[in-house]
Amino acid sequence: MKSILKLLASKPGIILTGAVIGVLAPVLVSLGNPANMGICVACFERDIAGALGLHRAAVVQYLRPEIPAFVLGSFLAALLAGEWKPRTGSAPVVRFVLGAFSMIGALVFLGCPWRAWLRLAGGDWNAIFGLLGLFAGIVAGIVFLKRGYSLGRNYPSPTALGFVMPVLSAGLLVLAVVVPLFGRGADGQAVGPIFRSSTGPGSMAAPLAVSLVAGLVIGFLAQRTRFCTVGAVRDVVLFRDPHLALGIGSLFVVALLTNLALGQFSAGFQNQPVAHTDGLWNFGGMLLSGLAFTLAGGCPGRQLFLSGEGDGDAGVFVLGMIVGAGFAHNFNLASSTAGPSPYGPTATIVGLVVVAGIGMTFREKAAQERTVQ
Amino acid sequence: MNTDETIMRQDARGLACPEPIMRAKMAMNRAKGNAVEVLVDTVTARDNVVRMAGREGRETSVTVEGDCFVVRIGEKKA
Repeated sequence: MKSILKLLASKPGIILTGAVIGVLAPVLVSLGNPANMGICVACFERDIAGALGLHRAAVVQYLRPEIPAFVLGSFLAALLAGEWKPRTGSAPVVRFVLGAFSMIGALVFLGCPWRAWLRLAGGDWNAIFGLLGLFAGIVAGIVFLKRGYSLGRNYPSPTALGFVMPVLSAGLLVLAVVVPLFGRGADGQAVGPIFRSSTGPGSMAAPLAVSLVAGLVIGFLAQRTRFCTVGAVRDVVLFRDPHLALGIGSLFVVALLTNLALGQFSAGFQNQPVAHTDGLWNFGGMLLSGLAFTLAGGCPGRQLFLSGEGDGDAGVFVLGMIVGAGFAHNFNLASSTAGPSPYGPTATIVGLVVVAGIGMTFREKAAQERTVQ
Repeated sequence: MNTDETIMRQDARGLACPEPIMRAKMAMNRAKGNAVEVLVDTVTARDNVVRMAGREGRETSVTVEGDCFVVRIGEKKA
């Protein structure tokens, strides 16, 4: 077991993880998940926010099992490898804000970095603008990091903290299986939450058990290999280190081949599933997301995996994303297939100002002094 | 050349990616080719610092110190 865990931490491990995601995402689409959305951390957290009634956009409400399964898969991997380490204290409230704005940016683009690659692998050329925005956001984040940006250190915490996100995730899975209807309509009839879309992307889903197993496998592998769609770009730019980028390359190539094999590849800008053609705001949305993810230390998937291995601050980022999704739909900030909403661009600009403000103002005061001669 | 008594130690515990690697690089630059030690508290940070030092052509060794790891980055070879 130890040797398998060690192998996963190597170069073949990260390539394997990308390949597994590259196969599973299109397969999940063929089994029912929305097109080019086999896995999308932002979209699925938004669907969960809808299922819980945190927003009332009727077409995007489903308690997606992949997300809690990511956390639990990572939790299991970290326990087995002796890497489960409860910790917190690195500016959690700032991470909440970063999470919320990263979600708003993602919903202006209509996808997280994972989905940006998967959209491209499905032939959606609009994703190119999103990916360019993502790269620009990451580069902007690197500029702040080089200027000394830091949210400060986390510290070991009581053991119980490490269970919070895994237990919350297990609770979500119970709700996903049981689907209780807590609310009552004016006529006394049971209505959600838990809500479930009857039309639109929220109504499209692979069988729950399949999604659950896929999520657990990906969570396990990604914890072991540190798979991160933002770190991949960041490490190439900052350190000329292609390690994590190998995972993304593998994901993209394998997803493209799997889409071709399954007849799910359709090239073009127009009529792409759950996408719009506004290049400027595809770019702008992901610019905001990329910057927020970089300042938080990793992509939305990585935040889930970190929260599974005991990082309470990553857990707060995830909760920020879910609440951000509520705001994005309640305040009509999220785009639709018709294009950006009237308020989406303004929200993106406000988000960029706030997140850049965080990048400019947060420093660890004692960073230099902690070097001991 | 430095001895263990004077070796520079950089504390990179509790920092999010990519800060441990940046701190390690900063320490390497300040040490001007001498050996440095980087204190980290996660396996991820440990492996990242070891990989970065390896790419820079530096030898590394890791020791466990309590709940943390000390990555010793050897001096720059001429």
